[in-house]
Amino acid sequence: MKFGIVSFPGSNCDDDAVFAATETLGQPAVKLWHKSHDLEGSDVVILPGGFSYGDYLRAGAIARFSPIMREVAAHAERGAPVIGICNGFQIACEAGLLPGALMRNAGLQFLSMPVTIRVEQTGTHWTSQCREGQCLTMPIAHGEGRYTVDAATLERVEGEGLVVFRYVGANGEATDAANPNGSLDNIAGVRNTAGNVVGLMPHPERALDPLLGSADGRVLFESVLATVHA
Amino acid sequence: MKSFRVSVHIVPRKGLLDPQGKAVADALHTLGFQAVSEVHVGRHLVIDTAATDAAAAEFAVRDMCARLLANPVTEDFEIAGVTAT
Repeated sequence: MKFGIVSFPGSNCDDDAVFAATETLGQPAVKLWHKSHDLEGSDVVILPGGFSYGDYLRAGAIARFSPIMREVAAHAERGAPVIGICNGFQIACEAGLLPGALMRNAGLQFLSMPVTIRVEQTGTHWTSQCREGQCLTMPIAHGEGRYTVDAATLERVEGEGLVVFRYVGANGEATDAANPNGSLDNIAGVRNTAGNVVGLMPHPERALDPLLGSADGRVLFESVLATVHA
Repeated sequence: MKSFRVSVHIVPRKGLLDPQGKAVADALHTLGFQAVSEVHVGRHLVIDTAATDAAAAEFAVRDMCARLLANPVTEDFEIAGVTAT
């Protein structure tokens, strides 16, 4: 199974995503330059973290117009797996692949720390190997991670079970104290209706080995491998 | 075609938490500007464009705002001015 990792100018987690595919899963991976129109036969697309286009205008706002995003949207439309991590999540929201938007953290500070998220949905390409309610620890590193949607969309997002991950405390409860950035309903990640596109602010590709503090991120990559091979 | 300069204000949507605006308001209170009730921090864009007339220039910039310059989920925009250049 081939992984395609999109490199935008300012992406800085693309190498970590390549590592997840090649070293953790033992699968081939290719970096896709944002100006390309070719996914080079990738079965899975990762929009990695970073600061594409220097976050000019808004985080992710310019990257969504990169030439390769047309191919990424078509790939998603076909039902093939796409994940947006951190800045990639912001880009996926700006591109309309996922509902909502990411705003400045409520506390204004850039947050770089481990968080615990709870798996709300296992019916996605990226969480098929998780248990519902499973808690995963992985790092966040963002200044604009406050998930926001209008009231009508929030009702649909919650009603249709599009919330995939929520920030929780050590007891697994989604409390205000466990919400690092003021996201609505402690939302850390969402999916599209079909479940092939998932976006999240935490970094599973930085939690692949106990040496890094957590190996909880592996299950997302193992999930997509299992789903595509199924 | 004539040349126009269109300026546009983009601000956080009313009702959404605006922590940046609140931080600035708190700082102004610290400076003694107790009369300040609220501050909202947004962006001011100045766009030079060719158009047949002022209305067409404004129409084009509204389209730009809807499609790129403002995020319809989180931001509102208003045309602050259109002048012939």
